[in-house]
Amino acid sequence: MAGGAASSGGFDTFPKLLLENARVRGDRPASREKDLGIWQTWTWAQVAQEVRALALGLKALGVERGDVVCVCGDNRPHLYWAMTAVQSIGGIPVPVYQDSVADEMHYIYEHAEAKYAVVENQEQVDKLLEIKDRLPELNHIIYNNTRGMLHYEQDFLDSYADVQDKGRAYGAENPGFFDASVAEQSGSDTCTMLYTSGTTGRPKGVILSFNNMIDTGRNNIELEGLSDQDEILAYLPMAWIGDNIFSIAQSYVSGYCVSCPESSDTVLEDLREIGPSYFFAPPRIFENILTTATIRIEDAAGIKQWMFKYFMDVAKRVGLDILDRKPVSMTNRLLYAIGDLLIYAPLKNVLGLSKIRLAYTGGVAIGPDIFVFYRSLGLNLKQIYASTEASVFITIQRDGEVSPDTSGKPAVGVGIRIEDDGEVMFNGPGVFQSYFKNEEATHTTKTDDGWVHTGDAGYIDADGDLRIIDRSKDVGKLNNGAMFAPNFIENKLKFFPHIKEAVTFGHERDNVTAFINVDLESVGNWAERKNLAYSGYTDLAGQVPVYDLIQDCVEQVNRDLAQDENLSSSQISRFLILHKELDADDGELTRTRKVRRNIIVEKYGELIEALYTGKSSCPVEAVVTFEDGRTDTIKADVVIRDTKIIAPAPAQAAAE
Amino acid sequence: MADHRTIGDVLLNVEGISLSFGGVKALNNVSFNVREGEIRAIIGPNGAGKSSMLNCINGFYHPQEGQITFKGETRKQMQTHKAAAQGIARTFQNIALFKGMSTLDNIMTGRNLKMKQNFLMQALYFGPAQREEMEHRKVVEEVIDFLEIEAIRKTPVGRLPYGLQKRVELGRALAAEPDLLLLDEPMAGMNHEEKEDMCRYILDVNDQFGTTIVLIEHDMSVVMDISDRVVVLDYGKMLADGDPDEVRANQDVIDAYLGVTHE
Repeated sequence: MAGGAASSGGFDTFPKLLLENARVRGDRPASREKDLGIWQTWTWAQVAQEVRALALGLKALGVERGDVVCVCGDNRPHLYWAMTAVQSIGGIPVPVYQDSVADEMHYIYEHAEAKYAVVENQEQVDKLLEIKDRLPELNHIIYNNTRGMLHYEQDFLDSYADVQDKGRAYGAENPGFFDASVAEQSGSDTCTMLYTSGTTGRPKGVILSFNNMIDTGRNNIELEGLSDQDEILAYLPMAWIGDNIFSIAQSYVSGYCVSCPESSDTVLEDLREIGPSYFFAPPRIFENILTTATIRIEDAAGIKQWMFKYFMDVAKRVGLDILDRKPVSMTNRLLYAIGDLLIYAPLKNVLGLSKIRLAYTGGVAIGPDIFVFYRSLGLNLKQIYASTEASVFITIQRDGEVSPDTSGKPAVGVGIRIEDDGEVMFNGPGVFQSYFKNEEATHTTKTDDGWVHTGDAGYIDADGDLRIIDRSKDVGKLNNGAMFAPNFIENKLKFFPHIKEAVTFGHERDNVTAFINVDLESVGNWAERKNLAYSGYTDLAGQVPVYDLIQDCVEQVNRDLAQDENLSSSQISRFLILHKELDADDGELTRTRKVRRNIIVEKYGELIEALYTGKSSCPVEAVVTFEDGRTDTIKADVVIRDTKIIAPAPAQAAAE
Repeated sequence: MADHRTIGDVLLNVEGISLSFGGVKALNNVSFNVREGEIRAIIGPNGAGKSSMLNCINGFYHPQEGQITFKGETRKQMQTHKAAAQGIARTFQNIALFKGMSTLDNIMTGRNLKMKQNFLMQALYFGPAQREEMEHRKVVEEVIDFLEIEAIRKTPVGRLPYGLQKRVELGRALAAEPDLLLLDEPMAGMNHEEKEDMCRYILDVNDQFGTTIVLIEHDMSVVMDISDRVVVLDYGKMLADGDPDEVRANQDVIDAYLGVTHE
């Protein structure tokens, strides 16, 4: 990795980069926002003016070097500017998830010792007013949208525009202040502090320096060839590290324009109007877009459906090779070109993806079908492995070396090593400084020589690509010594639309077994088409044809697992379909729909034993809690099925 | 938050209104007034004459007796378009939107009375007509922003769920920038959450634009929470008139709602 300051020509902080952008590309667009139905654009020069005014206004309100200023709201240009404004006077901006409830906010404000807040609107102000009494440090709140704020008379409330006016006045009295303040900072200073959402325990404040953000952003820009001609849509939470890299760091370094959607409900429409060239979305969003498209195709006229099917088959056959620039026969190229004209290009246009040069996905595993669908359309969708502690990029799939089940090669300047217990560790330019006020956590996560524990288990495959298997704390061992990665197998099962939830067992057992929850909507639909009558979930789940359907899915997963020598002994030997849906109200899932293994083991011990004793069915009673708190008991006789185990693939088949 | 509104003079005065359809007396000597800036509710059981009362106010029905004074101007017979021109807008119990038109176009129709260019100029979208359209579009966009319906701006209203159609209808009435807004059961058929949203919008309209609102509703809890004064009708007759607490305590009202045994 090149030294931060050296490679960025001395522009080692966001405020410095902003001023530089205003100088070299002052009249190119920097921010866009749709207001009253019309896209409003601010150039780099205008943004620099806005940021300067707000920064000076904050100074006039009393923000000092080192003060923490929380920023909270939907993606809005004004809030992005606030981040830079705070930085330019030496403050530390902390973006907060806009949908946090007041109590969650209270924890972050209190822990970060926030003295100021810049928020989007009345809703956010109300949340803060609710907890203001318990936040003695918080002495000023600035709101951007004045709607509904007319009758708020508290003197610690100020509108964004008023603060900017104050700033302009302050600037007139102290003309040299802003530039001097910007020049005073360097890349090793704290850029921002991001609170990780924290699946375990309280959120931790990850301190990142300007060097972390700028070097990571720049390395990726150079790798992928991004420039100021690119465009992105900023629609993921500002408090998430990804948005800080994509919508701030990379925009400032390369000079590309960041557009903000009109509201969170209009993202898909705005996506289409803006037509970004660089795009990140978690797998869930790609799934949603595909589902919308599929539903509309099913409603289309017969000929259109036929064309779609025919050309999607062509795309599946040759699209990936064309994207990867591999040799493809003339006929197929011609067919693909016709398909592009008739289907792929119009489809991408409707989805707002026609201009995409580079799309990333990551966070959780993406279904191979979905991944292949987008790539076969000619969309350069690649997976990344990311973490807040790394300023996003740990690994990135390289062009021409993309496959659905790897996470790619280490990002530029990043080192990867695998511990003896399978845990992935990384180092590099993006490694975070420390956790705020939590030395213990910093020490357990980051080694003294700069390597960071990810908590994920994985391995590097023959091509040098990282494959993440599971959270390392969940990974167990089968009795024969082979590795058992429950989430990995469960995810493979859940990629089938018929399977909603799956829980696998195998740690310290001879073989792997599974609980399955069918997807009531999808299987219900299937049952209707098959003229299968059912009265509810329990009834449907117990039917023989449904078991056949699920058995097919499970055996397909087994075939898949057999391909990989590390995992072939994790094939599922027996499974059952649970008589009730796993539910957060019953404590079986977390609110974010993650399986709570220990509770399930406790609650369904009998069923697990039945899976391992060779019984073909097991009577159960389960207590369900309704939303209003009433409870009821479900009695059922749960059937257990054996599945086929596939012999591990011979070497040459795997090489195909 | 404290109440910052100022309730002004009488904006609308209804006096001795009687309306009958053949032998059926829909309204029988009803009198009440509405002050500037207040939220006034008309409640009553089914068939009490609530909608008939609204229809009289905006000139759709012509009562046989009594008079209506709006902004100091007394009238007996009035055309609906004149009522609209005077600054009265309304929504309907059974949604009356143009189902095939987009949300945007539907709300734009609320601006119709304020458009001055003739049909030909508008069709050609030429010069002053273009400028005018842009001005009106701005007002419409502000309404869309206010009601948070950006996402359905271009969706044909026929495809929208019921609760949203109600909101679009409110939008169309707001686009006319009325002085008096008549809402005919704005919350009928809505689920709890939609009702809460609608209440918030009604209060916001009243608070931010100072619009006077007359609303009909039979969900008592909603009415009591948001209105300043309540008129109770039963079989065309006035049972009570007063602030929510008075009305709630009124024995006639309790009887009308809960029913009494007649000996």
